[in-house]
Amino acid sequence: MTRTLASLVLLAVALLALPFQARAQALEIDIVGGNAAALPITVVPMPYLGTNVAPDTDVAAVIAANLNRSGQFRTLPEANIIEKPIRGSEIQFPTWRVLRQDFIVVGRVLDAPDGGYRVEYELFDVAKQERLLGLAMTGRVRGMRDIAHQISDQIYEKILGVRGAFWTRIAYVTASGNYPNQQYALMVADADGFNPQTVVRSREPLMSPAWSPDGRRLAYVSFERGNSTIYIQELTTGAREVVASFRGINGAPSFSPDGTRLALTLSRTGNPEIYVMDLATKALTQITRHFGIDTEAVWMPDGQSLVFTSDRAGRPQLYQVPATGGEATRLTFEGDYNAKASISFDGKKIAMAQGNRNVYRIAVLDRSLAQPRWQTLSPGNLDESPSFAPNASMLLYATKEGGRGVLYAVSADARVRQRLVLTDGDVREPAWSPYRQR
Amino acid sequence: MNNATRALLVAAIAVGLSACAKRTVPEAPAADPAPAPVATAPVDDGKYGPEDLDTVACLRERTVRFDFDQDVVRPEFQAILACHAKYLQDRPEARITLEGHADERGSREYNLGLGERRGNAVSAALQAAGGSAGQLTVVSFGEERPVDAASNETAWAQNRRVEIVYTAR
Repeated sequence: MTRTLASLVLLAVALLALPFQARAQALEIDIVGGNAAALPITVVPMPYLGTNVAPDTDVAAVIAANLNRSGQFRTLPEANIIEKPIRGSEIQFPTWRVLRQDFIVVGRVLDAPDGGYRVEYELFDVAKQERLLGLAMTGRVRGMRDIAHQISDQIYEKILGVRGAFWTRIAYVTASGNYPNQQYALMVADADGFNPQTVVRSREPLMSPAWSPDGRRLAYVSFERGNSTIYIQELTTGAREVVASFRGINGAPSFSPDGTRLALTLSRTGNPEIYVMDLATKALTQITRHFGIDTEAVWMPDGQSLVFTSDRAGRPQLYQVPATGGEATRLTFEGDYNAKASISFDGKKIAMAQGNRNVYRIAVLDRSLAQPRWQTLSPGNLDESPSFAPNASMLLYATKEGGRGVLYAVSADARVRQRLVLTDGDVREPAWSPYRQR
Repeated sequence: MNNATRALLVAAIAVGLSACAKRTVPEAPAADPAPAPVATAPVDDGKYGPEDLDTVACLRERTVRFDFDQDVVRPEFQAILACHAKYLQDRPEARITLEGHADERGSREYNLGLGERRGNAVSAALQAAGGSAGQLTVVSFGEERPVDAASNETAWAQNRRVEIVYTAR
């Protein structure tokens, strides 16, 4: 265990020692906790064997960081990698058995004919001395982090039988300065916090980013018109449209799984209610009719029902309602306060911000079992906005530390947490993207 | 007093007299630069005027605070709201935006709802005391615009508020 922690510290130091430019642009990343039950895997450094300029991405390091972050794997620290095979034929299996490694990844980076790079890699089961994967991935010069994330996904899926979610993105909101000199930005970055890009900037609050199922658009709430307004924006072109700007609240957008509808909260009748908008016609269907606050609707994966927050019973709790309207059923009976649901891809787990005597933590309700099971994923006290990875292996959430907003990525077993901190200002409102399409 | 001084004094009196004379003419332009104190004293008809927003103590109070998770207007704010309601009644052209805010605890979208509820509560209190619905607009900012960014009871108490913003006096 001590060794695990030491290796994690080492990893954190290695990441902090990145060139200044990369660090200034990206979120800082460090890891707390560790999982002794994680699978031991060695990712041997993958040297550049080409004749041009070496890539600025250390592919093996990105893969190792990803695997560690998932909580499912524990990589051998680079200092302990005493042999550095780059081909399967060079692996001395007894060495890795002594080091108690279950898996080993070897590879090398070559020049691709079109000017980019080609990464050839192999994954072996150490005990069986069996090759599980032998693949080559080609990418552009600037796309090597994407390649490393895709290789991570392939390794993750081969060993665990679950699709990896490393090659995905996250959206989040940053805020700096104090009113009236605040600056807000809606950002999109790689799932590990690198390559942050600005989607929109505003001097008025931005909140509630939500991904379209194809990952090409974001819906979000902006106050730039003086009141909450829902926009949908294309990420590649930056083109955007106002979809809701009614009197009162225009909030909590959520795309249906097929992308044709948007659930949202409007208080145009004087009280926040859930609506579903047909995105082609902009026609609205009112789903809830209650004097309580009804908001934060999210879709069940089958698109047939919505889970939302309502304080109709006094304090906020989660409810489920058919996506065409009808009777709402209460889902949560544990905790003083349950809000802002995020639902796993299979619909089995619902993550939420749970408050107990004003301590707010991320809780997950597993409904796939005969008896519903609760799990707390975060230590508190002001944890909010959970968002599942598309494979539900991890969650993002927001909290406050030392007076500023930070994001954490936590493994689904709560054993590994990774902090994403912006060097200046607050980070909040994380939303994990769907899988990317090649 | 030399001649020059005397001449200036005479000129000054003449200007003053002509100004006074002008004021008696009904169609005199409003561009009179130096009104005499007697002539500008407001007619005390008991109605508020726009300048009172900057001078009258209860009208300068523009913040209503709330208890945790509550949208009930506390009794200590009733006098202030009665004062603003009277202003609205006296000045039908006046318009107010009520900006509702919540503290940071709990989810952001729920807090948007809570901020609106607080705005509505103040709106209802102003209408009950004589303001009209057409003069009032509620906008909720939820927890997005704290006045104190700290995470403690004092900051939270400051942030749970409705701000009375005059958009037309």
